[in-house]
Amino acid sequence: MIEIGLGHYLTLSAVIFSIGIIGIFLNRKNVIIILMSIELILLAVNINLVSFSIYLQNIVGQIFAIFILTVAAAEAAIGLAIIVIYYKNKGSINVESINTLKG
Amino acid sequence: MEYIIIFLPLIGSIVSGFFGKNLKSNEYIISLLVLISAILSIFIFYGVVFNDYSSNKLIFNWMSSGSFVVNWSINIDPLTSVMLVVVSLISSVIHFYSIGYMSHDSYKPRFMAYLSLFTFSMFVLITADNFLQLFFGWEGVGLCSYLLIGFWFKKPEANAAAIKAFIVNRVGDFGFAIGIFLIFIFFKTVNYNEVFAQVPLLALKEVLFLGLEFNLITLICFMLFFGAMGKSAQIFLHTWLPDAMEGPTPVSALIHAATMVTAGVFLVVRCSPIFEYSETALNFVAIIGMTTAFFAATVALVQNDIKKIIAYSTCSQLGYMFFAVGVGAYHFAIFHLFTHAFFKALLFLGSGCVIHAFNDEQDIRLMGGAWKKIPYTYLLMIIGTLALTGFPFLSGYYSKEAIIEFAYFKGSTIGYYAAFVGIGTAFLTSIYSWRLIFKTFHGKYKNKKNKINKIHESPLIMLLSAGFLGIGSIFAGFLFKDVFIGEESLSFWGSSILFLKNTLHNHPPMWLPITTTLLIILPIPMSYYLFVNNEKILNIFILKNKNFYNFFLNKWYFDEIYDFIFIKPLKRVGLFFWKNCDVKIIDKYGPDGLSRLIKNISDRSVSFQSGYLYHYAFVMLLGLSILLTYLIIF
Repeated sequence: MIEIGLGHYLTLSAVIFSIGIIGIFLNRKNVIIILMSIELILLAVNINLVSFSIYLQNIVGQIFAIFILTVAAAEAAIGLAIIVIYYKNKGSINVESINTLKG
Repeated sequence: MEYIIIFLPLIGSIVSGFFGKNLKSNEYIISLLVLISAILSIFIFYGVVFNDYSSNKLIFNWMSSGSFVVNWSINIDPLTSVMLVVVSLISSVIHFYSIGYMSHDSYKPRFMAYLSLFTFSMFVLITADNFLQLFFGWEGVGLCSYLLIGFWFKKPEANAAAIKAFIVNRVGDFGFAIGIFLIFIFFKTVNYNEVFAQVPLLALKEVLFLGLEFNLITLICFMLFFGAMGKSAQIFLHTWLPDAMEGPTPVSALIHAATMVTAGVFLVVRCSPIFEYSETALNFVAIIGMTTAFFAATVALVQNDIKKIIAYSTCSQLGYMFFAVGVGAYHFAIFHLFTHAFFKALLFLGSGCVIHAFNDEQDIRLMGGAWKKIPYTYLLMIIGTLALTGFPFLSGYYSKEAIIEFAYFKGSTIGYYAAFVGIGTAFLTSIYSWRLIFKTFHGKYKNKKNKINKIHESPLIMLLSAGFLGIGSIFAGFLFKDVFIGEESLSFWGSSILFLKNTLHNHPPMWLPITTTLLIILPIPMSYYLFVNNEKILNIFILKNKNFYNFFLNKWYFDEIYDFIFIKPLKRVGLFFWKNCDVKIIDKYGPDGLSRLIKNISDRSVSFQSGYLYHYAFVMLLGLSILLTYLIIF
């Protein structure tokens, strides 16, 4: 039986992080998926923090994880609100058509 | 008092130029300011005539480098006081006239500002006590002339005329500037008194100029006179004056008849202590003056534009002044300048009234028969014409007669020749002036576009100001002849004019004034017969002498010759440099090349900004990773 150690946790978080990043890049359809990918990235960070907190026997990491969860919740709320407003204005949340920043 | 005279017009100009649009009775205020200047200068003139007043007031030091000192100053001597009176009086009259003449123009404040600025520049010119300040005023009046000729900037002809006036004057000013440089090099100063004091010492000095030996004084005189020729529209540099008539009529009256164009005469008279030492230069001045007088008179005979006729007449009268100077009669020249300012300004103002009455028609072939409709304008024009032709006892009579007599008594070949040309020109002057009167006011009304009953008298303010000049034209000669050219006149002029030779002369033989007077009066019935009663004779005469007629009508082909000799080749050279050097080399690799390079780079970097969020996120991540890698490795 394999002992599940820090390395595994970190690997898991790295995998989730990569999925998040790739989700941002490869996604050409929906802004909500970008939002979800950002959540994934935040979760990966949380896993990192919690596992290091256990490993180093330091509670600060877990407190930070709680903070990050709060921030993530707020961010999701605001992000969804922005998307709703955006949809009202433009009639679409297709990533391909969001390019008003184009120089 | 002098300070007030000089600076009131400047203040008026600034006020009108910058705040004129917001001031209600702006033009009256400015005209009043100039009027105050005029009244004060009459006081000064009075003081100079009766109390030998003279002064040199310092405004401030301009340049001071070692022993070279140039001041801004107001120098009052007899010559300056005469010019002050002429300039300020005519200028204030014309300010008032312009109130009426320009009343429908929306740019009136600008016009008044230019007029006042011109008056100020002219004051600076005549009150200078050194050549540099003179040059400043000289250029100042040139600038104002440019601005005023091109006042109606929407007319292409006006712009072209303005440029032409400016450039032709530049040719003359080039010579003038060289003259001043020469004076500075050899006299080490440009102040009149110091220069004039040194002239006798350097009278025989020879200098090398363009590889040829010249007498220094003669060379300086030639160069100064070159400038005077440009400003005073003498032959070869006269081409700008007729074109300058594109400007508003008050401008023609003030600048191109009464004041600015006489600046050349003033310059030569002012420099009489230099010119007196060079017989060659004086003869040259006389010859140029004679030629101009005659040439302009012949051209004026056949012109059809009312203002152009008067412009050529001005040219011709300036010629008179110059040949008076050339035969050594400086005070006669200034006297003629003085009387001429009145009657020529009057003629221009009168022609302004005529143009106004005929609804902006300037061609005298399309006028006629209107004298009953506009009796006051008619009267003013008659006075002006009588004075110009030198009808006995009007102002022109005294000055012109005096010049011709003086030239006759000079005794030299040039003198006799000048007197002869003078009489001939007086005859021509009479013909073309009366032609103008008869064609404009008598005969049948010939314009079909304008109905004759639409012809109307000009506003009162125009007639009044022209009327004032009319009074001047009648009495100026009679009243001032003793002061200016009488027996005692030399003591009046004092040190402001230098005469090396004796200028007093005997009474002329009886036949001389009688001939001239006859030649002046005779053309009146003659031209009435030719231009009103029996135009057929004239038409046949013109047909027979078609070549001569065309020669005069085309102003001796001066414009065409200049066009061929100077303008076309220069244009070609300019075009070559513009197309090849400027556009193809300097622009291509200089400013244009640089901007094209920047545009290329920026175009490329713009495509970097796709606007897609995931591109930005990718770049951010890439940057972050590179930064992390860097931190970890190093």
